[in-house]
Amino acid sequence: MSRAKPEDDEYWNSSKFSAFTFDDEDDEFTKMKESKRAVNSILVDDDDDDDDVEKVSWSGEPIGTKSKPFQSFSESFTDTSTRAYAPELRKPKSECKDYMSDWSPEETVRRMRKGRAYSLERFRSLQDKLLLLDEAVSLHDGNVITAVLIYLKRSLSKEILFRELMVREVALRHYVHYLKEMGEQKLLVELMKALGRTEDMALMQYKEHLNIKDEGRRRDFLKSCLSLPFSQDDAMHVQDHYTLLERQIIIEANDKRGEAEIFRKYPRKASILNMPLITTLYYSCFYHYGEPEGTFSSPANIRKTFRISEKQYILTALGARAKLKSWFDVDSLFNTKNWLGYTKKRSPIGFHRVVDILQKNNAPAQVLQEYVNLIDDPELRLSLAQKYKCHDIVIDTYKDLKDRQQLIVYQGKVERGSHEDRKIEELINNMQIRWKN
Amino acid sequence: MAQSGRRDAPELPDFSLLKRLARDQLIYLLEQLPGRKDLFIDADLMSPLDRIANVTTLKQHEVDKLYKVELKPIVSTADQLCFLIRPRIQTVKWISDVVNLDKAAGRLRRYKIIFTPQKFYACEAVLEEQGVFGDVTCDEWAFYLLPLDDDIISLELPEFFRENFLEGDQRWVGAAGGALRLIHSLYGPFSKVYGIGQCAKMVYESWREQVEDGEQKTQQPEIGNVFLIDRDVDFITPLCSQVVYEGLVDDIFRIKCGSVEFGPEVTSSDKSIKVMLNSQDKVFNEIRNEHFSNVFGFLSQKARNLQTAYDKRRGMDIQQMKAFVSEELKGLKQEHRLLSLHIGASECIMKKKTKQDFQELLKTEHSLLEGFEVRECVSFIEEHINRQISMIDSLRLLCLLSLTENGLLPKDYRSLKAQYLQSYGIEHLLTFSNLKQMGLLVEQQPGETLTVMESKVGKLVNDKTAGKLTDAFSSLAKKSNFRALSKRLVLIPKSGEEYDLRVPRDMAYIFSGAYVPLSCKLIEQVLERDGWTGLEEITRMLNGHEFAVSGGANGTESRIKADSQRIVLVMFLGGCTYSEISALRFLGRERGYKFIVVTTAITNSGRLLEALLDNHP
Repeated sequence: MSRAKPEDDEYWNSSKFSAFTFDDEDDEFTKMKESKRAVNSILVDDDDDDDDVEKVSWSGEPIGTKSKPFQSFSESFTDTSTRAYAPELRKPKSECKDYMSDWSPEETVRRMRKGRAYSLERFRSLQDKLLLLDEAVSLHDGNVITAVLIYLKRSLSKEILFRELMVREVALRHYVHYLKEMGEQKLLVELMKALGRTEDMALMQYKEHLNIKDEGRRRDFLKSCLSLPFSQDDAMHVQDHYTLLERQIIIEANDKRGEAEIFRKYPRKASILNMPLITTLYYSCFYHYGEPEGTFSSPANIRKTFRISEKQYILTALGARAKLKSWFDVDSLFNTKNWLGYTKKRSPIGFHRVVDILQKNNAPAQVLQEYVNLIDDPELRLSLAQKYKCHDIVIDTYKDLKDRQQLIVYQGKVERGSHEDRKIEELINNMQIRWKN
Repeated sequence: MAQSGRRDAPELPDFSLLKRLARDQLIYLLEQLPGRKDLFIDADLMSPLDRIANVTTLKQHEVDKLYKVELKPIVSTADQLCFLIRPRIQTVKWISDVVNLDKAAGRLRRYKIIFTPQKFYACEAVLEEQGVFGDVTCDEWAFYLLPLDDDIISLELPEFFRENFLEGDQRWVGAAGGALRLIHSLYGPFSKVYGIGQCAKMVYESWREQVEDGEQKTQQPEIGNVFLIDRDVDFITPLCSQVVYEGLVDDIFRIKCGSVEFGPEVTSSDKSIKVMLNSQDKVFNEIRNEHFSNVFGFLSQKARNLQTAYDKRRGMDIQQMKAFVSEELKGLKQEHRLLSLHIGASECIMKKKTKQDFQELLKTEHSLLEGFEVRECVSFIEEHINRQISMIDSLRLLCLLSLTENGLLPKDYRSLKAQYLQSYGIEHLLTFSNLKQMGLLVEQQPGETLTVMESKVGKLVNDKTAGKLTDAFSSLAKKSNFRALSKRLVLIPKSGEEYDLRVPRDMAYIFSGAYVPLSCKLIEQVLERDGWTGLEEITRMLNGHEFAVSGGANGTESRIKADSQRIVLVMFLGGCTYSEISALRFLGRERGYKFIVVTTAITNSGRLLEALLDNHP
């Protein structure tokens, strides 16, 4: 049940509204309060009846108003004594008929929050509309804020509404969210533009591409995005997005037929369209490795076009070539020749990571061993060598660490009489080595 | 396991009442549409509905067929259609289409929408615009609170997080206030309400307003203290990998409405099993709050005990055997079933976590929290992105880096963002823009210019204006201040000290002893100090909006039972994690409190970040 707020009490205590005392089952209140409740409930049959909400459209026209045309109940109501006695007699009938409720902005938003009958139609001047909006915002009820915004959207030109929202951040965010949910993309873009939020506007427009299924249309749409006012970095990313899809469409058209042998041997599981760049690079390393840089589908071309880092390129190519078990290709990824012409293995990623990837692709022991041996950190090398049973590396590393005790322990783990066993035996009996233990 | 704690901990109130209330209301609403009807239910309402009513209940009230809302044309032949939905514009548009299609086909039906927990004007506006207002009746089912366990109540509103914190839409403030009002009227009056965060403050005010309209409270309080906290006060905690059993299960299998579906890899059969995870499950109840490293040992001990109990059968005579079968066997079998499920789940967790190089991931998280070897962390994150491993984990690490370091160095930001887009799709530009807006993933501000400006301006003008200006500046910078906070609140235990995870000494155990969750630490401090006194510096760094209010308008302190004073309701606005709940349970055991967690939804790093992705239409 509702109780009166102080300022209302003051008014009701000073006015004479006894003519409207309806019977109320609640005896706890004074007669004055009863009459106030009764008056407040004139627009609806019973204030506490939830069903009223259904009978009332949010934009006004509450049922029951017309039968009791009535003057204001708000605090602006000053000269009660003269008008209150017989308000309907003081007005021409026609004017009375058009009268809606006359709640203050504060009262209105409070009624809205409680789901009571209310009317927004009396808020016609810009000032009243904004008072209403500000009141709703101060109540922190997003539901009511949005309801008021819907009313303002319908009753104000967008130029005026946008201008006013510019200085009302909370209301603005509600409005933007409402437009997003309603799918009013065009209006949103206009709003962002009016607010000077050009980067947000660009992103919002760019987002539209996600709704376009057809790849050709999507590509064209992305192309049209290139002129949008993105930040410098984002402009480059969007350019990449366009270029990538353009490439993917070309590659897809060629590969769909799957004529080359590799496609028969390893049929594609999905189309390459709309895949991330790195997935595309992997695909290219898998199906188009070794193609000349001039072809769009070649790894070299993709690497260059999209400024892919060496580290990223090696990781991806390694994954693809290891998957195909092309150990020769794997080797050549890391081979570098120094000025004397010797080949040496060098990697921008840790060799432990290389080993990890090779192992996941079931590389043979020999290949694995070669890369385990390239791991710089002896601890890491030891643990991976043990994990993958590269006995020689374990033994050599312990030897380098001059750790005789560990060698003896390790001897227990290798097969008796094996090549490794003999090697350890030889080492631990070697008195030339300066063991640390 | 030995979770004795203080013996004088008070009993928790009985929340099953909330379920009964919700069920009765729903039945009442269904009866408002007499006769046979088909019921369409929003997909995300199905599990909550399951917890309070079953199909029989619905059938008893003349619900004929049940459909899931799929936003597709319907096939129902019923004369009455009832829609039980969340108040979403998209769903209401679909219902309008259904009605208009019927109209075009000359088909007469009655339609009713039951919005839960409330309807929105924007939804009704859609009905009006589509010309079906009046053809459809609308109702509200005030199903605010779903008890998930003895001490967890959920609003089941995962959208609260994005809508409030990213979109800035305050549409759920009223619902959260309403939920608080319901608890207050059933289990209050509260004597003290504490809170921090902009939303918390609004919810508090909304609740006060709603109570003012309501009845006087005279009953004996069951809940004494309330703490409201916004999720954006602490983003670090939900972004960390969970390592306590319940949290891990949630991270890996996703607990939905207090129930989890274990797939074939857990059940080691070809079917999946749905299990309720709550205090009723005796095995689960003993391990839920444990660090994962203890779980295996516990489970195998349990398995041995079970074997011994089964073995008792040997050497029994017929009478004894009969007694055993009728009294003990059922319980043992039940325990056996649960035990094998949790062992299966633990094995599965182990397998997944070793595959993902979980140790390295945890090490990076801990280094970030400590601010130690940050460059190594950056390269780890880069490599994580390069290898295209879990898109969400990469994002999670980036956010942790940004939050702990007050933003990324501009060159790191540019390079990591570019690589992220290359690995996971350029459309994530939109995701980055969201994360930036939330202050989750930002570039470092050049120099400390803002702070300098703040203090200069502060000296020039009087306090009140300075406060306002500071607000403006800090919202501009959206600094997380994690390092300073962590130092002041001692969130990072000294490294190098042994931390025995079996005998936790503080809440840090939920993160392997590496970090005390900020959210829970704040709660601890405020309860200890009975307010925010002495925490001024901290609240300033957290962007303020803290409050502490004595609730008892009737102020009859003597009547308030001492027990209720130690029952603390913590309301997380925007979600909380199972790890945080475990930490609060620990704190409760230590200090003799009982915590009740009310949350808009259970969250974890995956859910939190997925809510902010924008790579789909």
